[in-house]
Amino acid sequence: MLYKNSQLTAEGKLKHFLSIEGLKRDLLVDILDTAENFTALAHKGRPVKKVPLLRGKTVTNLFFENSTRTRTTFELAAKRLSADVLNLNISTSATTKGESLLDTLRNLEAMHCDMFVVRHASSGAARFIAEHCEEHISVMNAGDGAHAHPTQAMLDMLTIRQHKGDFTPLRVAIVGDILHSRVARSQILALNTLGVTEVRVIAPRTLLPFDPRSLGVHVYHDLIEGITDVDVIIMLRLQKERMAGAFLPSEHEYFRLYGLTENKLKHAKKDVIVMHPGPINRGVEIDSAVADGPHSVILQQVSNGIAVRMAIMSMCLGGQDSREESA
Amino acid sequence: MTSNTSISIINGRLIDPANDIDEHLDLHISQGKILSVGEKPSGFEADIIIDAKNKVICPGLVDLNAHLREPGYEFKGSIESETAAAAKSGITTLIFPPDTLPVIDTPAVVELIRRKAKQSGKARVLTQAAMTQDLEGNEISDMQALQQVGCVAVSNAGKPLGSTLIQRRAMEYASTFGLQVFVQSEDRHLRNKGCAHEGRISARMGLPGIPEAAETVAVARDIALAEATGAKLHFQTLTTAKSLRKIQHALADGIQLSADVAVHQLHLTEMDIENFNAQCHVHPPLRTLRDRDALRSAVASGLISAICSDHQPHDADAKAHPFPDSEPGISSLETLLALTLKLVDEGVMDLPTAIARVTIGPAQILGLPYGKLDAGSSADICIFEIDSPWTLKREEMLSKGKNSPFINWEFNHRVTHTLFEGRLVYQSDKN
Repeated sequence: MLYKNSQLTAEGKLKHFLSIEGLKRDLLVDILDTAENFTALAHKGRPVKKVPLLRGKTVTNLFFENSTRTRTTFELAAKRLSADVLNLNISTSATTKGESLLDTLRNLEAMHCDMFVVRHASSGAARFIAEHCEEHISVMNAGDGAHAHPTQAMLDMLTIRQHKGDFTPLRVAIVGDILHSRVARSQILALNTLGVTEVRVIAPRTLLPFDPRSLGVHVYHDLIEGITDVDVIIMLRLQKERMAGAFLPSEHEYFRLYGLTENKLKHAKKDVIVMHPGPINRGVEIDSAVADGPHSVILQQVSNGIAVRMAIMSMCLGGQDSREESA
Repeated sequence: MTSNTSISIINGRLIDPANDIDEHLDLHISQGKILSVGEKPSGFEADIIIDAKNKVICPGLVDLNAHLREPGYEFKGSIESETAAAAKSGITTLIFPPDTLPVIDTPAVVELIRRKAKQSGKARVLTQAAMTQDLEGNEISDMQALQQVGCVAVSNAGKPLGSTLIQRRAMEYASTFGLQVFVQSEDRHLRNKGCAHEGRISARMGLPGIPEAAETVAVARDIALAEATGAKLHFQTLTTAKSLRKIQHALADGIQLSADVAVHQLHLTEMDIENFNAQCHVHPPLRTLRDRDALRSAVASGLISAICSDHQPHDADAKAHPFPDSEPGISSLETLLALTLKLVDEGVMDLPTAIARVTIGPAQILGLPYGKLDAGSSADICIFEIDSPWTLKREEMLSKGKNSPFINWEFNHRVTHTLFEGRLVYQSDKN
């Protein structure tokens, strides 16, 4: 069976947004350009303007995993595009008890939704829903297991581009729990598609997947060595349960080895930017002085999140980008 | 037709690996037993003559590992439906693991299964006894009583044992009565919550991995326990090249053991899960191409002497989930022979060897008097037509479980007749 990219229409336009994998550079740049135009809508000091691109459409946030922050940015994005928004938090325990995921889908389809924004603890869940829902519905992946979180990756790409312009000369280091991180997997795919010089991952071996180099990265176990001369540092959140799973001995040791401090940051390029998908564990993976310091672009990532999601939603549902309308 | 009907099967190519026969010979059946191979006995007149021109006549298949689901999971399969699927595919003896509900840990459950199988009458159903009560891994079952009512081996059906000590005791106790011990070797801690082979593909897909070591650590442990206890050990559904090397060394050391492989492991690899295809969610997981090739070689050489179906029929809902949440397993009775013969088409082994791995090979592991065409043995016979292409269609599957990644695969050789105890239990319409 030939591999078919189920995210694209026959014309190569976005139908679903499930993973960065299989998307071409031009399409990613298109998303970034569209998002860039939407950021203008939300500039400080200006009243937030809505655009009528998705008037009459219904976007359903289907969250099988709780996440107020991510859900809120999807909700805001949909509302700024004038869509109606339905928020559903479905605890997985309820679905395993009786109603199957497919039953849930059938019920929602009966409510005539146009888009599902899906977050689920299992890898492949967004794709599963895209394959099983009615043809006219678009699916956006808001995080599935450790597989993908493509909108987060795209908002990170937008943030990087706003600071660095061109991707091609960049060296980017991703630090922390790569093994469990859907964010890292999507970032690595996006960075390589956009043609950066080098992607590095920095972590102890317990937090790296099997043969990490096969993901298209260089592997470092030492933080200072790994961030030397990089343009971008992306810190990943460390989940507390990694200690119980014997991935790490203690937060203390992790911070000592992999926590980003001002001193260590000096080894990176002078104009390095520091990113974090949030929420931050201060004093675990990043020192407050760095998180709040001049190199940090963490808050900018958050505001870019809305613009990027607006861009992808409008491209999936509208079949066109919105540069003309919003410019 | 009753088992008193006498039958002659003529003009076919008779392959009986147990007796090293591969030639055009006729077969004569009377009273449910094979009367003779070759010359028709004087005075014998068959009630029915089956013309096997362009066909192969071989022993009915013996499947060491088929989950028939009844009692307890009749929504996935029943003895009636699954033995019908077996008959269609030339399988006449099924070994049923004990993970039913209730589990096969009392003679009453064995009796129930025996009765159902007799009613169906399409295949012989033999049971494995649960190694531990309720398969919980803590207290050993009444193995001897279960053996008395016909259980042919003990197994914990892939469920973890409470400790290595319990495993040692269970093996010692089983060996007291000469009971064969079946294991699906896996270190459950290393398996953890894994659902796919830990490798480049699962790394990219973000699927929790099951490392190769989850199997090899356990195989090494189980070999050591077999040596220490003297129990007759059989490894079920091995998946890694490294396990095979350990088995080879153990055999060279004179330890009594045997091994089988699930037929899908000889055709699919980790690459088949790349689309999150839940039909390829199996346990133990699909491994690498190198492992698959090592398994193929081991089957060809005889290091692995049996290919099993590892039949696990499911209701539709079991697979209608994202990959990690779907239930593992393939409904595979109807492809056991077809996939085994595909190995011949692909040049992995010759036809008699392939047939041996699904007939005399598995029968010998359990010391069963089946899987061969000796005069006097039960007339369990499979006849298939060479170069008669067919396609596996969902709607044509007889198993209640339609969960198969092989749907729409094309196969070259088609079963035309199956005889069980001298009765024709399947005949293809295309005759």
